[in-house]
Amino acid sequence: MRSTFLFLAAFLACSVEMVEALTIVLAVGVTRGWRSTLLGAGAASLALATIVAALGPALTAIPIDALRLVVGGLLLIFGLQWLRKAILRAGGFKALHDEAAIFEHERQAAAQAGTDVRAGMDWYSFTVAFKGVLLEGLEVAFIVLTFGSTQKNVALAALAAATAFVVILAVGLVVHAPLSRVPENTMKFAVGVMLTTFGIFWGAEGAGVKWPGNDASIIGVLAFVLLLSTGLVAVLRQRHARTAVLSS
Amino acid sequence: MKTFLRFWYDFIVGDDWTIAAGVVIALAVTALLAHHGMESGWWLLPLAVAVGLSVSVLRATRRSD
Repeated sequence: MRSTFLFLAAFLACSVEMVEALTIVLAVGVTRGWRSTLLGAGAASLALATIVAALGPALTAIPIDALRLVVGGLLLIFGLQWLRKAILRAGGFKALHDEAAIFEHERQAAAQAGTDVRAGMDWYSFTVAFKGVLLEGLEVAFIVLTFGSTQKNVALAALAAATAFVVILAVGLVVHAPLSRVPENTMKFAVGVMLTTFGIFWGAEGAGVKWPGNDASIIGVLAFVLLLSTGLVAVLRQRHARTAVLSS
Repeated sequence: MKTFLRFWYDFIVGDDWTIAAGVVIALAVTALLAHHGMESGWWLLPLAVAVGLSVSVLRATRRSD
């Protein structure tokens, strides 16, 4: 059960971040050419793989209770931030992520930027693609490492991330446009719920608490977080509708 | 250095630092309870999450009203 959750959470988180990175890479590649853009994206992917390969074994060497306490705490903070944003977006209090608008913004910036070609490379394209993939990918690396090390299964988390990478890349190649139809907020909501659930479970376990029913209580925690989050979305939607009526 | 620290702060703590502070306090209290033999203190962390998330979200909506 834990393995299924682990795979699903890493896959969804990676898919969301991949969509955002793909938007940047596509905008720069379409506007300024593909060679330097793809080299930048490739260099960032290599840097991320190195981070996971170097830190993964180091993390699994830490005693499991200490690891669960620290990782649980970090996952909980991280998950609550994702969940908070997703709840505000679903409730109408924060603008939804618009990949088409971001693509257009990046495309215009790439068209207006000056040309800096040295050693046959367009350094603007390389840098923007490198930065975009590295920054979006760091969140994925963090999730893969924390989930993987706590479950003593970094390989499975890395496999989930690699699967998402291949799926989103394949869709991007076919569509050749920003993936604006991906239900990004729903995916972020789901990832936020999962990260928060595991954060609560591992954090409390690492702190020395015994869960009633052991592993089976994950389902209870998941239901609790889901209920709390959907309840908050409902409250926010009501409040948003009331504000709209009052201001009209 | 400032940019580097800012990046990690935004990356881990994010928009609302009270969530991070609440999680650290709740984990510390849970660990303290467990250390004093109260291993059934599993309810504390979910309760802290419910209160912390609700307060943070509702406060954000008041700011944007």
